[in-house]
Amino acid sequence: MAESIPPVSVTSQKDIRVVEFTNNKILDEGNISNIEGTLVTLIGEVAKPKLLLDFANVEHLSSAALGMLIKVNNIIRQKDGQLRLANIKPQIFEVFVITKLNKLLKILPTRSEALSSFSQ
Amino acid sequence: MDEAGSKDRGPDRRSGSSRPDANGAAWFEFTISSNDDAACRAVQKKILDEVHRRGFNNQSVFAIKLALVEAMINANKHGNRLDPKKKVYVEATVTPRQAEIVIEDEGPGFKRAAVPDPTLPENLEKCGGRGIHLMEAYMNQVEWSHGGRRVRMVKRNEPDVLPRA
Repeated sequence: MAESIPPVSVTSQKDIRVVEFTNNKILDEGNISNIEGTLVTLIGEVAKPKLLLDFANVEHLSSAALGMLIKVNNIIRQKDGQLRLANIKPQIFEVFVITKLNKLLKILPTRSEALSSFSQ
Repeated sequence: MDEAGSKDRGPDRRSGSSRPDANGAAWFEFTISSNDDAACRAVQKKILDEVHRRGFNNQSVFAIKLALVEAMINANKHGNRLDPKKKVYVEATVTPRQAEIVIEDEGPGFKRAAVPDPTLPENLEKCGGRGIHLMEAYMNQVEWSHGGRRVRMVKRNEPDVLPRA
């Protein structure tokens, strides 16, 4: 069953939460609201959240997924936290460019670059 | 007028029907209920398998998948408001040169011009409104008709090029 596989895996690097999408598609409403719930919970756990989203496995995403990312970004900013996106495949990065979300969201080529881009 | 158009489609062919036309194009039509996610995915797979089989390049397959998913979400969610009594009609014609997809819902329709540009600075932080923008960026043609209830999209199988930003 699809629901038995969590849509994200979460690890920690010091005070940074690293979230990796386990599915290659972020399309379905149910899947997206599940991911959003997990991210909102993570953000809620600390005062100034630092969140890194690793897109290494993602080959497709929908506008609903973009909406979820914007919502997460807005919540993190309200909490004076930081959000980074990394490892986005070229085809997916184009989606961010077309929607100009590459100007709103901080996107780094690799996970290590994203990790070192967080300010204290 | 629209009622007559609906009758032309014949009975509810939930599982879809297909026939090759005179030019060797693959042609499919499907009518699905608005809250039937499994049927939606099956329709998307059928069309994308055909696009793949016809030799579309990766960039075109990605574009068609993205536009198809967005158009079906729009029809189901924004058009039919997920009302299971309402149907979404999908028709696809695929040749080695192009894929043409028509999607129609039974909702109230909408005015394309009334949908704000999500890439304007004042809209960048809003969560919605990007589906139509992506469809229009990734497909070669996107035309709305029937008061916004029907969309016709065409993707030509061309060498890899970046979509219109």
